[in-house]
Amino acid sequence: MHPAPSIILFTTLSGLGYGLAAVLGLGLLDASTLSAKLAHVAALVMIAGGLLSSTLHLGNPQRAWRALSQWRSSWLSREGVMAMATFVPLTISAWFAVIEGRYLPVVGLVGAVMCGATVYCTAMIYASLRSIQAWNTGLTPICYLLFSAAGGLLLSTVVAVISGSSSDLCAVLALVAVIAAWAAKSAWWKRLRTLVPLSTPESATGLGNIGHVRLFERPHMNDNYLTREMGFKIARKHALKLSKMAILLGGVVPVALMLVVILGGSTTAMLAAVLAVLLYACGLVVERWLFFAEARHAVMNYYGD
Amino acid sequence: MKSEPQVALSEPVSDEVRKTTCYMCACRCGIDVHIKDGKVRYIEGNRDHPVNRGVLCAKGSAGIMQHYAPARLKAPLLRTGPRGSGEFKEISWDEALALATGWLDGVRQADPKKLAFFTGRDQSQSLTGFWAQQFGTPNYAAHGGFCSVNMAAGGIMTIGGAFWEFGAPDWDRTKLFVMFGVAEDHDSNPIKIGISKLKKRGARFVSVNPVRTGYSSVADNWIGIRPGTDGLLILAVVHELLKARKIDVDYIVRYSNATWLVVDAPGSAEHGLFARDENGKPQVFETVTEHVVPLGTKGARPALSGRVELPDGRFAVPAFQLLAEKYLDPQYAPEAVAQETGVSADVIRGLAAEIARVAFEEAIRIDQPWTDMNGERHEAFVGRPVSFHAMRGLSAHSNGFQTARALHMLQVLIGAVDCPGAFRFEPPYPKPVEAHPTPHGKAEHFGSNKPLSGPHLGFPRGPEDLLIDAQGQPMRIDKAFSWDAPISAHGLMHMVIANAHAGDPYSIDLMFLYMANMAWNSSMNTAGVIKMLEDKDPATGEYRIPKIIYSDAYSSEMVAYADLVLPDTTYLERHDCISLLDRPISEPDAVQDAIRWPVVEPDRDVRGFQSVLLDLGARLRLPGFADNHGKALYKDYADYIVRHERRPGIGPLAGFRGSDGTRTGRGAANPDQLKRYIENGSFFSAHIPLEAQFFKHANKAYQDFAVRMGFFDEPKPVTFQLYQESLQKFRLSAEGRREPVAPETHRERILATFDPLPMWYRPFEEAAVSREEYPYHAITQRPAAMYHSWGSMNAWLRQIHTKNPLYVPGPICDEIGLVDGDWVWVISHHGRIKVEIARMEAVNSSTIWTWNAIGKREGAWALDEDAPEAKKGFLMNHLIHELLPPKGDGMRWSNSDPITGQAAWYDLRVRIEKAEPAVVSEPHFPAVAQPGEALPHVEELRYGQEWAK
Amino acid sequence: MTSLPSLPTPKKLGLVIDLDVCVGCHACVISCKEWNTGGYGAALSDQQPYGADVSGTFLNRIHTFEVVPEGGQVIGEAGDARIVHFPKSCLHCEDAPCVTVCPTGASYKRAEDGIVLVDESKCIGCGLCAWSCAYGAREMDLAAGVMKKCTLCVDRIYNETLKEIDRVPSCVRTCPANARHYGDLGDPTSDVSRMVAERGGYDLMPEQGTRPTNKYLPPRPRKPLAASAGSAVLAENTDGAKGFFAWLDGMLDRI
Repeated sequence: MHPAPSIILFTTLSGLGYGLAAVLGLGLLDASTLSAKLAHVAALVMIAGGLLSSTLHLGNPQRAWRALSQWRSSWLSREGVMAMATFVPLTISAWFAVIEGRYLPVVGLVGAVMCGATVYCTAMIYASLRSIQAWNTGLTPICYLLFSAAGGLLLSTVVAVISGSSSDLCAVLALVAVIAAWAAKSAWWKRLRTLVPLSTPESATGLGNIGHVRLFERPHMNDNYLTREMGFKIARKHALKLSKMAILLGGVVPVALMLVVILGGSTTAMLAAVLAVLLYACGLVVERWLFFAEARHAVMNYYGD
Repeated sequence: MKSEPQVALSEPVSDEVRKTTCYMCACRCGIDVHIKDGKVRYIEGNRDHPVNRGVLCAKGSAGIMQHYAPARLKAPLLRTGPRGSGEFKEISWDEALALATGWLDGVRQADPKKLAFFTGRDQSQSLTGFWAQQFGTPNYAAHGGFCSVNMAAGGIMTIGGAFWEFGAPDWDRTKLFVMFGVAEDHDSNPIKIGISKLKKRGARFVSVNPVRTGYSSVADNWIGIRPGTDGLLILAVVHELLKARKIDVDYIVRYSNATWLVVDAPGSAEHGLFARDENGKPQVFETVTEHVVPLGTKGARPALSGRVELPDGRFAVPAFQLLAEKYLDPQYAPEAVAQETGVSADVIRGLAAEIARVAFEEAIRIDQPWTDMNGERHEAFVGRPVSFHAMRGLSAHSNGFQTARALHMLQVLIGAVDCPGAFRFEPPYPKPVEAHPTPHGKAEHFGSNKPLSGPHLGFPRGPEDLLIDAQGQPMRIDKAFSWDAPISAHGLMHMVIANAHAGDPYSIDLMFLYMANMAWNSSMNTAGVIKMLEDKDPATGEYRIPKIIYSDAYSSEMVAYADLVLPDTTYLERHDCISLLDRPISEPDAVQDAIRWPVVEPDRDVRGFQSVLLDLGARLRLPGFADNHGKALYKDYADYIVRHERRPGIGPLAGFRGSDGTRTGRGAANPDQLKRYIENGSFFSAHIPLEAQFFKHANKAYQDFAVRMGFFDEPKPVTFQLYQESLQKFRLSAEGRREPVAPETHRERILATFDPLPMWYRPFEEAAVSREEYPYHAITQRPAAMYHSWGSMNAWLRQIHTKNPLYVPGPICDEIGLVDGDWVWVISHHGRIKVEIARMEAVNSSTIWTWNAIGKREGAWALDEDAPEAKKGFLMNHLIHELLPPKGDGMRWSNSDPITGQAAWYDLRVRIEKAEPAVVSEPHFPAVAQPGEALPHVEELRYGQEWAK
Repeated sequence: MTSLPSLPTPKKLGLVIDLDVCVGCHACVISCKEWNTGGYGAALSDQQPYGADVSGTFLNRIHTFEVVPEGGQVIGEAGDARIVHFPKSCLHCEDAPCVTVCPTGASYKRAEDGIVLVDESKCIGCGLCAWSCAYGAREMDLAAGVMKKCTLCVDRIYNETLKEIDRVPSCVRTCPANARHYGDLGDPTSDVSRMVAERGGYDLMPEQGTRPTNKYLPPRPRKPLAASAGSAVLAENTDGAKGFFAWLDGMLDRI
């Protein structure tokens, strides 16, 4: 699948934003601190920015509002509806935090659950597609949720460190979440790389009973929408290298940095926490890029790739 | 639940439907052109049309993009830059016609042979040939010489017809269909319709073709033969049939010359000729009275074997005895030919067995009484439901004529010509050789300011009809009908530029070409031809071919080499007639012809070439084009189509003749004829009565019908010429026993190839070059979605074939380590090309191939300069020389069939070597400029958006 | 609305494609383009039509495969590779994921006849339906930014301005080899259903669980020529020309 920058940006940013919003909603941070107030705003900005960037790849963005209508069947519609709905508790929470410095537990909890649900919907857009076997697994939403949670916790660690309040809880939870997320992702990768293709050129053409089927000529010589959108291919060698890089940047180093946060002094902790977030975000971008690049679409059975 | 959206289901397709004839290839299907807001909205097949019955191929449907292509020429062009630069200025038609008339008139007064007038994919040869004849030059032909003259001449000289326009398989009845090397752009819709019928009925379809694409891909059996060996395969089948006694004795006695006595007097001037009586009638041996009697003697039972003494004391044998002795020889046994053909003995034997089984055990019968030309009445038509079809795969070899003869001989031997279930003639065929003219172009046939005394093209009956001077030198610029190619019935267009450039046999002043891309895919040795067109005589500074007039509708590669360009219309903007005088569209059961008419008006300053030719003819005051006062006889081509009469009552169109439009075939000109055609869907069809539909070569009812229709003025039955006497006449000349005597240089070749019985010899190029040095064959296949070079300017078709890879058999890939996308050098005795490859398994293991004419010259066809057609596309032509490699006899022989002169495209032998990766194929030529002002060239096309609902 | 019709549609209109006769001529591809570029919805655009990267929107494309036997059924001479031309357009699946994933309701399956359509006025061009289709049946038109797909020529098959015989999809009407058949696959007595039953028509990628309406007919099994080599028809043997001529004389007597 073609790794479109707008979608990578969207899932990364909104994932982080929802993670942070959820942590805020759970009340793990002191709502009265300036940094927590900023965090509320930052979460909303990240979510909104992500959503906005997701409309960039639309052919007719002016009709995007229509995407709210089909929540009964479409995960994309559900995501849209949830994203809109989630703005309500998140905005209320943010309002009370920013204006009044108060934490509203019920609204916060509802918001946190809705954040999780939204991220789940996003993940299910991909996980529900049978045509893309790599994504079509329960591990996909688990990864999305854990990455979102880990991102939120890493961000909240930064917030906690800046606000001067105790960051240990956040850091420990972040550490656990990061490990869990990459563990889930490793399982996802393991599944991907040992996958027996569901569909083959033989099943795609029904000609397997005659012999081995290979593409002789494309229908049209040049690339078309399908091959541009779904024909992206990456060598396994490169994919492995990139996935190791992602684990290192987004997993191993942030975990180590969380330990630094827990054990180190305040300045060190602050640097470590910020660095952890940045590296994690980089790792996540690589992970998301691979999420698309490594996924093979069944239609490519017709295009010889 | 919300309700579903409302969809407009019953919108009218268009404002109006105009029915005309397609010209996206040479099939000539009927099309319904839907016009909306004055534009072409949709083109579909005409359901009533006998050729395509409503279906339409990709090319036909893509007619919209052809019609609106930016490559269309806009106005007459006069060259301003050097030849090949593509630099022109637009001029008015008055200037263009005055210029052309001046050039042409000068030649006509001084020496008319200094005009070479050759047309390419011309569907108006009865006009262009007539024009050339009235002009008086002996140098006229169309493109048959580099297309399929072997097929046409081999067929006409054997059975009085050939495949495609001359006949077709009986698709509704045949039970075994064998197809040899057929391009996917000729007769394509009828063949596709036919194959589908066979499949539905469970008939067997065998394809003989080195490459298993297109039709071959759906064949029940594919014989991936080695190119150039089809004749040997056919003769091995004949061997098996003779051996198993599976021939139709009754049929060959009745309808062929098997019984005719052949003089057996070695060393005499009559050896190998038919024994004839004092009236010139062939003689047969009557077995009851044991007398030699003239053919046609009532009650005679002629012998097929035995050596008999003629009244004059010489001996003779029936032709069939020679035939049987020849092919029963073990050299034609399947085992003996398996290696050369690459076809296993079992497959050959299996093919022979299937042919024999179907022909003799599954014979069919149509209970319709009929009477033959001897007055004998038959109760039924008995059919041998085995049919064959072949085209360029057999034809484009230097042994193609004899191979075509072999195939027709096979059909005759099993009694499968024009019977139910077999190959069937399409009117006006069958037509015996004697009904064709002899060629004209001898010195006494032409001169200053007068017409040629007869048609240019025809069939020499013997060496006495050759167009040569007293020294035996060719009279024609293409050396047609000379010792080089005695029976070149379609001329040798592929030799014109080379000969004119070399001044051999003489130089010319003016070359006039129509729809022939000679500076690119229609020439062998393209780079050489380009140089010849650009070459100047250092003494005078003039081009060696001083003037070139060219007419085309599109900016093809050839345009850049013309001095004066006469822009033609697209096929939707013009009048045309698909005439019985030319290349008709008849079916075995019906006589048919068709027209084109301007279903849209040109939006540019262009004119239909035929109208321009009529105008030029009138300006030149050619007889038949202008009256005594120099006034034009015809307003335009439409007027000519209606009013021209070739013989009294016989005009270009057979339908709706007579003043009231009720006459068919013969009749007075009808001023409303075109209107009637248009009302009828732009075609005309007259059914042949059932009793006349089969055995047309010998069927009295058909022959009477043919006379009524005006094909002939008296019945012209055909006797199938298994033994072809005229070939023997050339051999006698080569032995020095017959006048004119063949020159020393040509004798060996004539003796080796002019066998009066079909034969096989190794193609010349293969025989001339080392098999080790050039181990592979290289051929092209026509893609179904392109017609020759026409297609790359078509935005929809070019997406299918944007470039052409070289397909290399898997075993060769493995041997030299090639994978898809690698680059190779392909090297012949003449040249080398560097191209990208793709692997293929379903191909003869010693044959590499590519799609034909996809490669384009940079700048041509109004494509962007970085178009893949120009960067990666390539032509095989660069590897093919118009001459054979020198063989030490001081002669450079033409790379053609020695009998017909057919260009031997498919004889090419090559080797391949792995090359460095590249982005541009080689050779690559500098870009040509867009001739004249380019039509608008969009970055994004949204055809029909204004009609979007 | 993007929920699939809750009951099986009364009609299941679709195509049956006969791989035994398709010669890969691309007639259906261009006829489809031509009909649909001025018909239902936005034109089918072409980018760089005369340039290097020419490409365009097509609702029907023919792929060409080479099938190399590995002990499979005989398809000509045993062991020979073959080419199979493979036309492909929307299969109008019963469980069409392209419909259910659509967030806007633009993509829908008609309850009446099962045709899957896109209401372009609602399409936001998100491309998710194309992702969800394993068959590559949907292509985004780059000029219009909306998803295009085979409509089964819904504007032909019910078009009362056309003659009855012409109320079939453009690709079916034009196919010279008669490799494309249109009809109601929900009616077991229809011509297309019978054809599928007789010829062993099959689904593409059944493992995708989409239950396509369109069916493909496989190439018919073939009998090699070599199997006839020992046929009795060739049994009579002429030992040299002499025996042959003796037989010939006998034949002549019978004429």
